[in-house]
Amino acid sequence: MTALLVTLFLPLLGALLLLFFKSENKGLIKNTALGISLLTFVVSVFLMLGFNSNNPGFQFIYEAVWISAFDAGFRIGLDGMSLLLVMLTTFITPIAILSSFDSIKKREKEYYVMVLILQFAMTGVFVSLDLFLFYIFWELILIPMYFIIGIWGGKDRLYATVKFFLFTVVGSLFMLIAVVWLGYYAGSEILNLSNGFTTNYLVIKELHDRIPVDLQEWMFLAFALSFLIKVPLFPLHTWLPDAHTEAPTPGSVILAGVLLKMGTYGLIRFNIEIFPVASMNYSGIISTLAVVGIIYGALVAMVQTDIKRLVAYSSVSHLGFVVLGIFAMTAEGFQGAIIQMVNHGLSTGMLFLCVGMLYERRHTRLISEYGGIAKVMPNFAVMFAIAMFASVGLPGLNGFIGEFLTLKGAFDSKILGSYWYTIFGATGVIFAAVYLLWMYQRVMFGTVDNPANKNLPDLTSKEWAMLVPIVIFIVWIGIYPNTFLKISDASTKQLVNKIEMIKFNKPAYELPEIKPADKNIKK
Amino acid sequence: MYNAVVNELIGSLGLIKPELALLVTFVVVIIADLIFKNNKVNLGLSILGTIVSGIFLIGMSGTNTSAFANLIAVDPFSEFFKYLILISTLIVLVMSEFSEELHNRDVWMGEYYMLVLGMALGMFLLAGATNLIMIYLALETMSMSSYILSGYTKEIKRSSEASLKYVIFGSLSSGIMIYGMSILFGMTGSLDLYAIQSYLAANGFFQPAIFISGLMVIAGFAYKISAVPFHFWTPDVYEGSPITITAYLSVASKAAGFAVLVRFIKLTFFDAAGSSDESWIMMNSIPWDMVLAVLAVATMTLGNIVALWQSNVKRMLAYSSIAHAGYLLMGIVVMTNTGLMSILVYFFFYLLMNFGAFIVVMLFAHKIGSEEMDDYEGIGYQAPVLASLLTLFLVSLTGLPPTAGFIGKLVLFGAVLDSGWYWLAVIGVLNSVVSLYYYAKVVRNMWLRKVDNGKGTLKFSIQSQALVMVLGIPTLVFGLFFGPIMRWAEHSVRIFLGN
Repeated sequence: MTALLVTLFLPLLGALLLLFFKSENKGLIKNTALGISLLTFVVSVFLMLGFNSNNPGFQFIYEAVWISAFDAGFRIGLDGMSLLLVMLTTFITPIAILSSFDSIKKREKEYYVMVLILQFAMTGVFVSLDLFLFYIFWELILIPMYFIIGIWGGKDRLYATVKFFLFTVVGSLFMLIAVVWLGYYAGSEILNLSNGFTTNYLVIKELHDRIPVDLQEWMFLAFALSFLIKVPLFPLHTWLPDAHTEAPTPGSVILAGVLLKMGTYGLIRFNIEIFPVASMNYSGIISTLAVVGIIYGALVAMVQTDIKRLVAYSSVSHLGFVVLGIFAMTAEGFQGAIIQMVNHGLSTGMLFLCVGMLYERRHTRLISEYGGIAKVMPNFAVMFAIAMFASVGLPGLNGFIGEFLTLKGAFDSKILGSYWYTIFGATGVIFAAVYLLWMYQRVMFGTVDNPANKNLPDLTSKEWAMLVPIVIFIVWIGIYPNTFLKISDASTKQLVNKIEMIKFNKPAYELPEIKPADKNIKK
Repeated sequence: MYNAVVNELIGSLGLIKPELALLVTFVVVIIADLIFKNNKVNLGLSILGTIVSGIFLIGMSGTNTSAFANLIAVDPFSEFFKYLILISTLIVLVMSEFSEELHNRDVWMGEYYMLVLGMALGMFLLAGATNLIMIYLALETMSMSSYILSGYTKEIKRSSEASLKYVIFGSLSSGIMIYGMSILFGMTGSLDLYAIQSYLAANGFFQPAIFISGLMVIAGFAYKISAVPFHFWTPDVYEGSPITITAYLSVASKAAGFAVLVRFIKLTFFDAAGSSDESWIMMNSIPWDMVLAVLAVATMTLGNIVALWQSNVKRMLAYSSIAHAGYLLMGIVVMTNTGLMSILVYFFFYLLMNFGAFIVVMLFAHKIGSEEMDDYEGIGYQAPVLASLLTLFLVSLTGLPPTAGFIGKLVLFGAVLDSGWYWLAVIGVLNSVVSLYYYAKVVRNMWLRKVDNGKGTLKFSIQSQALVMVLGIPTLVFGLFFGPIMRWAEHSVRIFLGN
């Protein structure tokens, strides 16, 4: 509990601390920001060590009265899924900060304050057990991200940041309506609380069978709109390539690494948990869009001339797998989705880092400007290759595990009830190989035609420090995913049980078999 | 008989101590201005009078009765608005001290303070008025003062223009209102809202006549709160008036307008028998809620859409204040005490953020000599403190967490959803999105354009920054701890419903 509070608030305290530093003290500011984020990571490791993965419920719960008139409390806690995402956040942020050392050259103080506030808000999103608190963190993300893209971004940063802001706000305001509506409905219609309102997630998630289906569907749509914009699901994705391309490298790393996961996290945490029936009713439509997104993202990525834009579109494609896994609503699907969120954070984050390293050296991201880089920067070529293969889903690296599980989940899913989702989705893997390998080939192989590329320095020690930790986890998940899968295992199975119970009550479905593995979760 | 009237009058005097304090100050300021001819004295006396009035108001808290034979209600509802008006008056008085457009002239400012107090007095009376004549008189007291104030910097052409426009539109709407009142009076034979209500309840009535006369009276109030289609004066008057008065009009005068609107609808057309405390039922099912809903939608949509095209920050804030009136109207549409509470909460927060925004715009105008959005480029780095605060106010006006404005919207939308007006809530949310765009435009210019424009920092006095802080800190704090305001508003929804 204490560790969780520290993990959450340490970045905020760090941001406040930085405010007292003089702007001229650049070295001190950078090192403090890095130190704070590393310290947060260390604290979060204790969370992982203290976590009981056999317990499907929430752990490290901390509740404090906040606004009694609303029954909105400061309620935080972790289950397996949120633990993994919190770990991802605390892991990616120091790397992003380290990568900012060279790429951010103006207004450093404000920049690091923004990044630390961003980390605070992201962690907050993953640990909130109160809809009201969640919403506040969710919106708080916007402000630092708006400035990070808008001040430190590329040429068209204003357009990109305004687009990002507007897209997200449209979605989240609809979520606000749903939160308020749900709060009133749960508080006055179902529970008859004295103040008629509650946003306590732990209470609300047990009420799913008492919310009428039509109401569930409206609320489901309001929540889903917000989350699917964030994911982003085709056709709501158009803000993403612009935001990614214009953001500074660390901004892209955080955006791809963590921010997009907030959407998929929200889908599982809120849409599936609170509105299971509505989720089943809409699973077909959303999965179809996910498959379309997988293929569309891949095809568009193939024709990009800008490396960063290519990676951005590959995100659209990869996140499609996650959404497909979620709406398969099977244990494999959920597990695959969760591990794929982590994977995408690692591999795409690393790809963005690599693109950033090239950009720092040559100040261009056009594929045609490069060629034969492998000869000039051999070490870099190896690292870039690892990131790329992880993203393609090569067996032995992390991407394979996630994609395999989500596709298998979708294949077995009784709710989707069709294997076509898997068949079409799987083509995305092939396309990914095409556009990534082709890009790699054009950038890295061949002769060094462009004289500007002749004398590029290879990886510096700082760059090694950013890439090696990611590679370790990429290989670890690829070879022995159980370390991570087992963390979210119990909570996922509980969620599947909930869904199967609802199916069980409907005569159209057969009684689900209780798998032997499920027995030990009854505590 | 005679004694009874005298006793009633004397007894009632005790109930209007805050108003009397304002009245006395009003006179004292006139005299002091003749003797001392010193603005500081005028200012000091005005502030003192406002504070005394506030002390009387605190002393009367919880009173729920009627004074002067049902001319004025003294109830928690009016009390809440009187606090809002007093706080606004104080802020305006202090803000005027920093205003260069008011002070850089060879004119004594005695009338200025006097008129501000006169306006406050009018608004006080309006917040409690329960008699048609009283409503009219209070409204005119307030309007007369504001007409002059909006043209106070008379050597500036657009200020005079503002004043004239304000008078013409004002007279027209007053005319419509009093015409409606005369119809009501003619049908029911009474000016007293309670008596009108009981007459209507007992005798029935010709529905179209009631509907039209009610609509005409509401038009008069709609003018004060600048609801569409009675908003035409707003942008020009807001742009032309001294910025202190613009801020005052956009908050206090609007608050008084809302107070009387709510009271009029609730007292006159309220079906006492069929209503519970939680929801009000209107007599003979005249769809006042639908009328107000249409008004609300038109107001917020037009306000927001026109605000999109503005390049002048002051004018943009004028249109945005129209939009906010639209949001606030949603709170009346639902006709529940929850809705009423949400209006009160929203108003309190709106006061903080709107005044804050106007003050920063004023301070910037002194330094850069412009209120144009384009001239704000890079100002965030020249004046980081004030620009951060302006950002905070704008974020709050948009209604994003973690600011007070978010809580205001949350409570408001909550009330709307709670009573089943789903489509209205959706329109409200879509409007918030539109508003985000133009508020964000200012933020973008301040921080994202000309990041290193090389201009030196702008210096602002500690006092002026402190004034903005006083508004900025609560805007942030109430975004996270708004319990006390909610409770206060909950206790203040009681409207005196007659003996």
